[in-house]
Amino acid sequence: MTTITRTMVLWCPDWPITAAIRAHSLAADAPIALIDRGTVFACSAAARREGVRRGQRLRDAQVRCPEILLFPYEAALDSRVFEPVIEVIEQTMPGVQLLRPGMCSMRAQGPARYYGGEEEAALWLLDALDELGIHGSRVGVADGPFTAEHAARSPKRARITIVPEGTSAEFLSPMPLRVLDEPTLATLLLRLGIRTLGEFSRLENADVEARFGAPGARLHALASGLDGHPVIPRVPPEELDTVIAFEPALDRVDQVAFGFRASADSFIQSLVAARLVCTAIRIEIDSDSGDVSERSWLHPRSFTAADVVDRLRWQLQGGAGDSGLGSGVTRVRVVPESVDGIGNHEQGLWGTGHDERIHHGLSRVQSMLGHGGVLTAAVGGGRTQRDREKLIPWGDREPAGKSSTQPWPGRLPAPAPSTVFELPLPASVFAGDGSVIDVDDRGILSAVPSRFSTDNRTTLPVSAWAGPWPIAERWWDAGTARTANRFQVVDETGAAWLLVLEDHLWWAEARYD
Amino acid sequence: MFEYGAMSPAAATLAEAPTRATVEQLQSRIRQMQATRLDTRLIATHPAIAPLLPGGGLKEGATYSVDSSATLLMALLVGPSAAGSWCGVVGVPEFGVEAAQRFGIDLERLVLVPHPGDQWLGVAAAVADVLGVVVIRPPRRANDSSVSRLTARLRQRGATLIVLGPWPQSEAMLSLSESNWSGIGQGHGHLSARQVTVTVTSRVGRPRSARMWLPDPQEQFREIESVPSLREAAG
Repeated sequence: MTTITRTMVLWCPDWPITAAIRAHSLAADAPIALIDRGTVFACSAAARREGVRRGQRLRDAQVRCPEILLFPYEAALDSRVFEPVIEVIEQTMPGVQLLRPGMCSMRAQGPARYYGGEEEAALWLLDALDELGIHGSRVGVADGPFTAEHAARSPKRARITIVPEGTSAEFLSPMPLRVLDEPTLATLLLRLGIRTLGEFSRLENADVEARFGAPGARLHALASGLDGHPVIPRVPPEELDTVIAFEPALDRVDQVAFGFRASADSFIQSLVAARLVCTAIRIEIDSDSGDVSERSWLHPRSFTAADVVDRLRWQLQGGAGDSGLGSGVTRVRVVPESVDGIGNHEQGLWGTGHDERIHHGLSRVQSMLGHGGVLTAAVGGGRTQRDREKLIPWGDREPAGKSSTQPWPGRLPAPAPSTVFELPLPASVFAGDGSVIDVDDRGILSAVPSRFSTDNRTTLPVSAWAGPWPIAERWWDAGTARTANRFQVVDETGAAWLLVLEDHLWWAEARYD
Repeated sequence: MFEYGAMSPAAATLAEAPTRATVEQLQSRIRQMQATRLDTRLIATHPAIAPLLPGGGLKEGATYSVDSSATLLMALLVGPSAAGSWCGVVGVPEFGVEAAQRFGIDLERLVLVPHPGDQWLGVAAAVADVLGVVVIRPPRRANDSSVSRLTARLRQRGATLIVLGPWPQSEAMLSLSESNWSGIGQGHGHLSARQVTVTVTSRVGRPRSARMWLPDPQEQFREIESVPSLREAAG
């Protein structure tokens, strides 16, 4: 016979919305929706009153509630905001198991004895959450986590639902089959004329097992209120962050970097002591004026103390000039964002070859020129040459973007130009009579090009040319729309140019040399 | 040359062997007397360019200068990159990444430092410490002492330096001339291939030049087969 643990489940309804409100510091009664892949993932009570529903298309939600605030749904944010909540709960009662962000379970027996009753313990818990500013959370106490979760979710006015010991089956019996979250089984049972958990639980356990196997038997046990799942308390993660506060505030980059050096050493040492290496960190810098600068840094291998100090310096230099900062730095916090077992990063007996040497050399150049000074390149999607080049700072991950393998109608035919100017050079193209050539709205050239200039001083005769090749990109978006005509022009010396006519102005975008 | 006619082919090679060995020995002595140092090692070089270069390929620790053609520069980088070397491009922000990839340079092993600023010599030296081939474009003339320091470092590390523009101690200077684009006409077609004459001027010997596709319609580099072009036949 399975042992059944008396369990208390805490549920914060609409947790993704609560998390978004707390993370973006919004008003609690604002109409908010979180969007995941074009549909509404979650919406606040205010939005729900206007008719916004989960699963609705983004456009329909905007039609129902024009003033709705939309945010992309981030699963990581939910967990991050729930973390301090768990810490508060752990201060009230020990042994918390996180079921999902917004829901956690505890053993009820200990707290009930300590606080003098299950209801009192649940009240303490709700009080602790109300103090944090999280309202509307609910508690269910029952035999086993499954029943306790549905007790917390039960649509009653009271925030605390206690199902007395041994009455789980009764409590569950009117519930529909879909609460088991097993659609195929639920459909099959419906066809057999079974609509509620109570009717399901009245089937013989042996019959259910013979027909549906072990998973079916497990669900049958759940429906009968015999939930054998124990509460497995989480092990609180070790605190690996490092924080340093400066009093008075420091206003020079080198002062901050120097002041942080010892903290960086102890940060890396604490990671090593936990047998971890860090491959991504988040640096948060608070300044005197109340600004917070926050950025994640990746490392192709793993961070050393000097690397952390370098990243801090780059982040400080990012906004300001050479060494002076906009306002003094009062606090620096470094959080390890992704860690890995140290065993996976141990060097081989003979070293790991030249890769590491290359990384060290290039990191040295980066510390001379800044993070964005050393780049690796990739070819992405797009129509113009500059769009197709993706330059990634050394050590960063390649950002997901447009793919070069997709068709890009209107892109240039091969070969690609070997020189692509960083900024297009002003150019001009003249007809035989000396007038500047233009293209009208219908794409007709005003005259045949005969001479052109790319430096405003010398003009070269055109020996061969092709074009205009029109390009009309993103006409639906005024900010990034682009209409242009492109030409290939070869001069007398055999050098070929890619010229672009945009808004009646000529530019040299690239050269085939 | 007919005296081997009666011999079996195997005997002919046996008899030929000492002569060839002698020739190679003599050639290596000539090279040793000409070279600034002994036993220079060659790195992988594109077969279209290699025969033009002194020594038959790019040398470790040597400096080459390329006269303002990015395609010719890429033709020099293709060989080492395909053979697994890392390439660094310092101070050339307009390096066409897509062209480089299509010509066969591995972008995984390509590092760009577009704006080294005033520290370009230091950056070039730091990059040459770890990468096999380094390209730089000097923003101005470097003084002789820093050039020789960089040269010594290259020699010690076995890195090859390619300079866009003139350089005082270069092994060879590569330049392009007579470039003819095909595929483009007066208002029709598009650039598809180019024939050029690549001339290599080294410190010793006469300049060598060859006519080659840079690039051919398949975006590869190759020498033009020795069928005389119409113009040459006419001239």
